[in-house]
Amino acid sequence: MKVTLTVNGTEHAVEVPANTLLVDLIRVNLQLTGTHVGCDTTQCGACTVHLDGRAVKACSMLAAQAEGAHVTTIEGIGDPENLHPMQAAFREHHALQCGFCTPGMIMQAIDLIDNNDGLDSQTIREGLEGNICRCTGYHNIVRAIESVANAS
Amino acid sequence: MSEALEDTGETGIGAPVRRREDLRFITGNGNYTDDLNQPGQLYAVFCRSPYPRARIDGIDCDDALAVPGVVAVYTGQQMVDDGIGDLPCGWMVKSKDGADMLSSPHPPMAATVANYVGEPYALVVAESLQAAKQGAESVYADFTELHVVVDLATATASDEIYEGIPNNLAYTWALGDEDATRMAFAKAAHVTTMDLTNNRLIPNAIEPRACLGMFESATGDYTLYTTSQNPGLERLVLSAFVQVAPEHKLRIVAPDVGGGFGSKIFIYAEETAVIWAAAKANRPIKWVAERSESFLADAHGRDHITHAELAMDEMGRFTGLKVQTTANLGAYLSTFGSSVPTYLYGTLLAGQYKTPNIYVEVQGAYTNTAPVDAYRGAGRPEATYVVERIVEQAARELGKDPADLRRMNMIQPEEFPYETPVALVYDTGNYEASLDKALDIIDYAGFEARRAAAAEQGKRRGIGFACYIEACGLAPSKLAIELGAGVGLYESGEIRVNPTGSVSVFTGSHSHGQGHETTFAQVVSDKLGINYDDIDIIHGDTGRMDFGLGTYGSRSLAVGGSALVAAADKLIEKGKKIAAHMMQATPEQVTFEDGQFTLQDSNQSMSIQEVAFASYVPADYPEDLEPGFAEKAFYDPNNFTYPAGTHIAEVEVDIETGVVSLEDFVAVDDFGHIINPLIVHGQVHGGVAQGAGQAIMEHGIYDEYGQLQTGSMMDYTMPRADDLPDFKVDTTVTPCTHNPLGVKGCGEAGAIGSPAAIMNAITHALGIKDISMPATPEKVWRAIGGNS
Amino acid sequence: MYQFNYHKPASLDEAVALFREADDPMYLSGGMTLLATMKQRLAAPTDLIDLAGIAEMTGVQVNADAVRVGAFTTHNVVAGSAEIQQALPVLSQLAGLIGDNQVRNRGTIGGSVANSDPSADYPAAVVGLGGTVHTQQRSISGDEFFQDLFETALQPGEIITHIDFPIPKRAAYRKFPNPASRYAVVGVLIADFGGSVRVGVTGAGPCAFRASGIEEVLNEHLDPSAINGVEVPDAGFNNDLHASAEYRAHLVKVMARRALSDLLKT
Repeated sequence: MKVTLTVNGTEHAVEVPANTLLVDLIRVNLQLTGTHVGCDTTQCGACTVHLDGRAVKACSMLAAQAEGAHVTTIEGIGDPENLHPMQAAFREHHALQCGFCTPGMIMQAIDLIDNNDGLDSQTIREGLEGNICRCTGYHNIVRAIESVANAS
Repeated sequence: MSEALEDTGETGIGAPVRRREDLRFITGNGNYTDDLNQPGQLYAVFCRSPYPRARIDGIDCDDALAVPGVVAVYTGQQMVDDGIGDLPCGWMVKSKDGADMLSSPHPPMAATVANYVGEPYALVVAESLQAAKQGAESVYADFTELHVVVDLATATASDEIYEGIPNNLAYTWALGDEDATRMAFAKAAHVTTMDLTNNRLIPNAIEPRACLGMFESATGDYTLYTTSQNPGLERLVLSAFVQVAPEHKLRIVAPDVGGGFGSKIFIYAEETAVIWAAAKANRPIKWVAERSESFLADAHGRDHITHAELAMDEMGRFTGLKVQTTANLGAYLSTFGSSVPTYLYGTLLAGQYKTPNIYVEVQGAYTNTAPVDAYRGAGRPEATYVVERIVEQAARELGKDPADLRRMNMIQPEEFPYETPVALVYDTGNYEASLDKALDIIDYAGFEARRAAAAEQGKRRGIGFACYIEACGLAPSKLAIELGAGVGLYESGEIRVNPTGSVSVFTGSHSHGQGHETTFAQVVSDKLGINYDDIDIIHGDTGRMDFGLGTYGSRSLAVGGSALVAAADKLIEKGKKIAAHMMQATPEQVTFEDGQFTLQDSNQSMSIQEVAFASYVPADYPEDLEPGFAEKAFYDPNNFTYPAGTHIAEVEVDIETGVVSLEDFVAVDDFGHIINPLIVHGQVHGGVAQGAGQAIMEHGIYDEYGQLQTGSMMDYTMPRADDLPDFKVDTTVTPCTHNPLGVKGCGEAGAIGSPAAIMNAITHALGIKDISMPATPEKVWRAIGGNS
Repeated sequence: MYQFNYHKPASLDEAVALFREADDPMYLSGGMTLLATMKQRLAAPTDLIDLAGIAEMTGVQVNADAVRVGAFTTHNVVAGSAEIQQALPVLSQLAGLIGDNQVRNRGTIGGSVANSDPSADYPAAVVGLGGTVHTQQRSISGDEFFQDLFETALQPGEIITHIDFPIPKRAAYRKFPNPASRYAVVGVLIADFGGSVRVGVTGAGPCAFRASGIEEVLNEHLDPSAINGVEVPDAGFNNDLHASAEYRAHLVKVMARRALSDLLKT
């Protein structure tokens, strides 16, 4: 079937089998490999992208469900020369180690900032319940998000 | 962010340089194995045993081969028939009677018998992943179920899993002086005993294992991209032992790897079968684990049952320690599975203390469960758990402050080097310094007030200590090989100063989150006086660098970093010869500092870049010197490093529900000199989180039938952000005495000290002697009476 | 995931027609459970009928007595709806505790209720508030809707269109989450309708139910300590790695006490 959607500002019409997950369309068809797959059960959050501005787990929806939608992936928010403030904060605060959970973590962090006022350390921690990081113990991730929350 | 961690723009040793690798990770430009593809690649799906132990009477592949897109089905028996060898265990452990350990046969894929749920027995390759999955579902194996051994406590009394391995024991290993220890107990004024379990953990690096195997029939070259912590070792094992391909024809690339924690050290069935099958199919083959496969077939960690006794004199001085441990090895001896509960465990039982007599006996038992091998800390968390739980309990029994009892038994700074009764010589340390600093940070004096405040909220608050030691920087090769290691444990490093003065550094260490591309560049920049930004660190490709041993055991900086220092020293020596010639002097008259070769007592000098250029364009050049400016070194340490420190945890227990909340955690560690404090703090944070996971939530559970009950993230609990507090991390410094950087290693400390500290805090809060890890809500609720 | 035919009807009638025509169809709402099940190849519908395009299943309406939530409304919409927060704050609070943020952006109330997962949160609200589940053909009382593990009163082909929740005087929800999955090990919703108290429990049994023993004592004394003496029989309760039936029964009382304390503060 054909799925038409806008990814990082570019419209794509992609021919995929109906059982294609959104994450596979992104990774395989569009070769945007910054979005990762870490579990099969909607737990780890490594596949988090924005669908019409809200964070979703791209491994838990069909590509077909994104028909007509605007999808933003980690590649769409900034690049090394022009980092998104959240990307810059993750680097500044050493909020990543192996980097595998990082794209999903950043996309969820942006959703958190965009949709909440007055975030503090505890509400940030609660807001990350859908993302698992095995390297950092979250300490520096919380610091990074806090710094963006305080700056905005 | 504390002042010490602010970015000052400095890049030398000790500066909190922001990681250069981050730029690609935060922008989605990382290069993980699953991000790689080859034209014409096939997709692999493994058929895995649904039974914990079953004979394979036959495999019918006809239906699978009929699935459109399926190219081939390969079985374990075919691998054996092709002459593919067993997956070896790299460490020969001897039983206390001198006998070699008993290894079970371990074909890469089960050929005749499957011995744990999830063990692969066949591989389906197809043009698409969907077709491969469909094919795998259509492979019909004729299994005959056999009796199973699952429970560790009764494993050695159960029927044999393997013919010729009585009592399911690979070995009964011992260390220490049994008689002297017995005598110490005979004279003891007080003996504390404990029965402890160290729960089975499932590593769960967030990147699942993956590989992409290729074969060039024209040249006979094999290339294997794989999620490995040690591509050099992987190549050695796959060529020399498994005999998939000749070593010089096999290139292993471990690109960006998404966490390892030990689980990506080992040589697994999947990459072995994939690279073998790639040659058979003459097509590239890609395999990526689903998380459920990671749970079933990544090597698990820990899983000990221990009885320990601590003897003390009337003052509370430790006079003897006896430890009897049964360690679960799983169904097969994984790559380092034999050494983890022996040499990496028994040797650490002295802890930070002067206990003069120690005897430990370890039974390594086979069960029909996934193989157990090194997981963050590997043996040392288990040792720390035994020592620090029993010491805390002893303090309670003696009515002494647990900090005071530890303090009076600690090895003192002037007593180093200190030879323990369990085969190690600690080179240096100052244990009280870490203890004092940790007590200060946690505000030990204020604990009772915090406890009272918690009580008013219906919570029980407890505090617990762990003063741990670890042996890191694995390892002196001679010692390791004497003790049964099949390989040396040095590390390789090469520094190439290019003609234009930029630097390419090659290391046998492998970074999968540790930030070597940053820290190693800091080291080389500092040593050679070359701009940090001009230095590139290259790792993870056997086609580009010398044989190296890789990253585990907190060894990268202590061993791999030291190799780079040794290579830099060689470069400086050569540079002095070149500079001396060009400045018409002798090398002895040339000094090197901050990137400048300077002729003593003159104003003449040359930069290292000028010397490099001269070496590549040798117009005016010493006759007896080879052109070029690159040096390599293999560094073999002469001792382990001994990071040590004090971790203190405070917990609160909701007595109605049994929920434990980790309220505060202080880690004060002595890692020797620190290259990049930002990265060191991050390593401690991550380690503590994994240790907290072990203490409070993580548990790999098999049911009595051998089925894994915690086979997904829906059931295997790992810490999330809201399960953890902010951590308070600090350091003390006694430089390592035997490596050129004075460094000790920091990767595992967090996971080593924290479980004991947290469990001591929980038992303190509850006023009970023990509760087994993990202290899950229902277990805690029952421990405190289970009342509504 | 096995192959299937994907359909996205624009109306209820079209959806039902597609359902009748297909061999082994399933409706797809947010997909938070169904797609995970299909990924594990544990469900293999021939046809997947996506309800996302049916306008009449969306939207929130609040009147004096009840809140009406369209079945295709996501958890985060319920959690963040100013109208619901005003009229029936317990429903927003409960929705905000489901799964995680990303799940709440996809998962829908209709999907959750239709699935009758024993540990889902919404069923506690349907039962505890005495809601009414509306389908394209009838209305089903909350008390009768959940029948067993993953079993509801829905007939094949029947689609939940919206759910009505009566507005109580005050209400509160407490959840003891599964530490791994964050589903409810036990969740208790208590609603005070001024004269009668309803207690909806999820997580403990095969499906959501009313804790009649607790309701009885609370109808006498709206006081947390009144719950202490209630016997919560654990027969038939769920028993798994994370909680035995006995512990769940205990947690029902603890969560009920805590919910009631919250309720009394409002």
